[in-house]
Amino acid sequence: MSAVASGNGKGNGHGHGGAPATLTKADFQSDQETRWCPGCGDYAVLSAVQQFMPELGIPPEKIVFITGIGCAGRFAYYMNTYGMHGIHGRAPALATGLASTREDLSIWIVTGDGDSLSIGGNHLIHALRRNVPIKILLFNNQIYGLTKGQASPTSELGKVTKSTPFGVADHPFNPVSLALGAEAAFVARTIDRDRRHLTEALRAAATNEGAALVEIYQNCPVFNDGAFSALTEKDTKDANQIRLEAGKPIRFGVENERGVARGADGGLAIVDVADVGEDALIVHDPSRPDPGLAFSLARLADNPTVPTPIGIFRQVQRPVYGRSSLVRESPATDVELSDLLLGADSWTVA
Amino acid sequence: MTKTVEERERVVIRFAGDSGDGMQLAGSRFTDATALIGNDLATLPNFPAEIRAPAGTLAGVSAFQIHFASRDILTPGDKPNVLVAMNPAALKANLAELDRGATLIVNEDAFNKRNFEKAGYSSNPLEDGSLSGYRVHRIPMTSLTVAAVEGIEGASTRDAGRAKNLFALGVLSWLYGRPTDVTKRWIEQKFARNPGALQANLAAFNAGWSFGETTELLDVQYKVKPATDVPAGTYRNVNGTTALSLGLIAASARSGLSLLLASYPITPASELLHELSRHTNLGVKTIQAEDEIAAAGMALGAAFGGRLGVTATSGPGMDLKAETIGLAAALELPMIVVDVQRAGPSTGMPTKTEQSDLLMAVHGRHGESPLPVIAPSTPGGCFEAAFEAVQIAVRYRTPVILLSDTFLASSSEPWRVPAVADLPSIDPAFAVAAEGEEFMPYTRDDRLARPWAIPGTPGLAHRIGGLEKADVTGNISYDGANHARMTELRAAKIDGIADEIPPLTVDIDRDPARPTRLLVLGWGSSEGPIRAGVRRAREAGHTVACAHLHHLNPFPANTGDVLRSFDRVLVPEMNTGQLAQLLRAKYLVDVESFCKVQGQPLFASEIEEQIAERQ
Repeated sequence: MSAVASGNGKGNGHGHGGAPATLTKADFQSDQETRWCPGCGDYAVLSAVQQFMPELGIPPEKIVFITGIGCAGRFAYYMNTYGMHGIHGRAPALATGLASTREDLSIWIVTGDGDSLSIGGNHLIHALRRNVPIKILLFNNQIYGLTKGQASPTSELGKVTKSTPFGVADHPFNPVSLALGAEAAFVARTIDRDRRHLTEALRAAATNEGAALVEIYQNCPVFNDGAFSALTEKDTKDANQIRLEAGKPIRFGVENERGVARGADGGLAIVDVADVGEDALIVHDPSRPDPGLAFSLARLADNPTVPTPIGIFRQVQRPVYGRSSLVRESPATDVELSDLLLGADSWTVA
Repeated sequence: MTKTVEERERVVIRFAGDSGDGMQLAGSRFTDATALIGNDLATLPNFPAEIRAPAGTLAGVSAFQIHFASRDILTPGDKPNVLVAMNPAALKANLAELDRGATLIVNEDAFNKRNFEKAGYSSNPLEDGSLSGYRVHRIPMTSLTVAAVEGIEGASTRDAGRAKNLFALGVLSWLYGRPTDVTKRWIEQKFARNPGALQANLAAFNAGWSFGETTELLDVQYKVKPATDVPAGTYRNVNGTTALSLGLIAASARSGLSLLLASYPITPASELLHELSRHTNLGVKTIQAEDEIAAAGMALGAAFGGRLGVTATSGPGMDLKAETIGLAAALELPMIVVDVQRAGPSTGMPTKTEQSDLLMAVHGRHGESPLPVIAPSTPGGCFEAAFEAVQIAVRYRTPVILLSDTFLASSSEPWRVPAVADLPSIDPAFAVAAEGEEFMPYTRDDRLARPWAIPGTPGLAHRIGGLEKADVTGNISYDGANHARMTELRAAKIDGIADEIPPLTVDIDRDPARPTRLLVLGWGSSEGPIRAGVRRAREAGHTVACAHLHHLNPFPANTGDVLRSFDRVLVPEMNTGQLAQLLRAKYLVDVESFCKVQGQPLFASEIEEQIAERQ
């Protein structure tokens, strides 16, 4: 991808401009040495984000990265923007306080599956339903990495981990369907290894005015290697990536021979196009006001070892949190303060 | 008929009834009228945690006490001189706190068999002689109110039934010569959109007043002259919640920092959220967060962005906020945490007061994370405490805990309104980039405070977090020596605040012939009862000094010297000795505790007794 893509026709949603046209990836790289394990998917995402940032046209000092705890939490230190490495699960709360008082900033959250879906689950769903203007990058590796290999809320049933020697018994979350259930206005899913798709998801999230959640399948080579190999390896990915594209029938497969259509029971089903004909396929429309179809798409795969949709599930406009004309930004003037302190029923003692 | 007018220096009235009887309303209207007369006053509401406990039961009794006087007073009063009891339960729940000879004004209509059963009376207390030691006035308030409201167009029977509190208010207003126009004006505004209810309430109030004036049941009217020993100035009546809100807004205005209050509903701190939510036209933003943790996080997020971040809660909420307060201490960002203390542990008694969060405020976080703790001591003092909390937070780049309590939050007193010009300005001193210099987020000024570099400032982009930071650069550091240095710096910064706060002042009679050996030292909302108790003890001929701490961490620099200059130090607290423990640990002084954990404020009489025992 070109670092200075333009002409997507949507603007950046922030209306800053004014940044030097010469911003490059290097402007967004901090001087801190990256310290993830060799082969960690986080490197690819970091590089993609740094590469994408100049496109925003926003100077680095107007951008803030807020992170939680976990491997993904280190992300903030590597971005040459303002950054806060917060506490476990609380990044959406910190970001809500910042976003609702500083409309001029572009605020990004980097979080993991444990951080956002376990200890921080409450903050995540409320940030989404409020439509706080923040972009949430949820690195899902289906494992706790920093604490060395315990099951996470997205670990598949039966998975043997250090904390589940007899297999995971807790039913996992599906982050996209959770976000849709939490009234999210923008939800996408992408993959660490697919730089182009990942960048497009970032771009779409950035142009969305309110809260955006981007689930990124991210490989943990140490504790959960190959969790997404069905979607990332050369010999399997074409058969398993269901790439959602607005306005197009949902088709996939090595020969583009499969698709998604309504089944006999009214739910969505994977079909052979040859059997049903292209007209029977669902035409993807993320702007649909009713999230029902997006929800069904999100739940097409229980686990990304089978054909799994990636792309933008939902992209609708809702009122953005904190943009109320009822609130005046500037504090009380001396006269206003004086009136306020006096109140309605004061008396004077001579 | 002409009635005798007797003068009283001070009076304590308690309005008590079922929680649906409107006693808080009657009490607060009486208070406003009393404030306008110029009496000094103090009030204390007392209501059940349940919104509507079963009617007529002891659990459902709601009360409002007002103490007013022609001289300056310090507390809402220990024992009422007058009890207004709207039903048998209200009588039973409050009678034990009255001295023999006190006046009872009861709603006779509610004294029936059904209500006796609910209150647990086996016989009618008005008839069985059990009240023979009191002056009892039996007034059929319900039926007189209904009669007064009868025939008013648009007024329902329900309006009539509900207006009996205004009848009671009318009677008391006559009895103590309160002005009526302020009450009538209030009724007109309150019920402007409901003419039936407006007329019903006005009629009930007028009927109560006329009843006092004409009936032979009440033969004496009392007069309490305006207080003459109050300093000149403009006054208004405030409770601690209002004063605290005003203090925060004033600090916002004088610092130019717009205010974000993020809170989760919790009794009694919710009132602060309600109060500040009304002022969005003054740069105040409020968020009702999804939980206590989020509320703290939002306040800290706003602080990172260069705003005045505030979160308010009560005991259980403090437990949940501890993690975020720890982060704020590590990030060294200004943030205000208001804890309106209530009786614990756990849910405890949500509507009852206590001072039992002191040790938590000072120590209740993991790791070494010292931070300033400030406690107001009067309802009006909540204004100064809030303002000062912001001054310290901004100046030292630190979270500050403000320890209020249920008593301060809900009790009210006249407050001298400060002139805006007298409020100091607060300089946020945001960092700006210096030409050719790399920005270092953990450099320090003379106070050891670090730069407040807010997003949007060119040249200062930096990353901070909860991981230990290298001195000066703020980079992540796991170096042991660096951690020791940072721990010392954070502690020294907070300790240094002692140099800028006022010294502990001692109220003492310096009479060489009678050296004072006993100091009574308190903190927080018990200042009123302690000073009142000391005053009474002195009037009784005892020698005693008193002092009051508003800064609990760090303590004023002279605290140790003060403690050591007395033979004995008595520390009254509404906990089991938390300040005493801190003082003993820090100063090795053998202080003596007087503890009370009954969900009620200390009484002046209790302090007086404790002093007398130590003479």
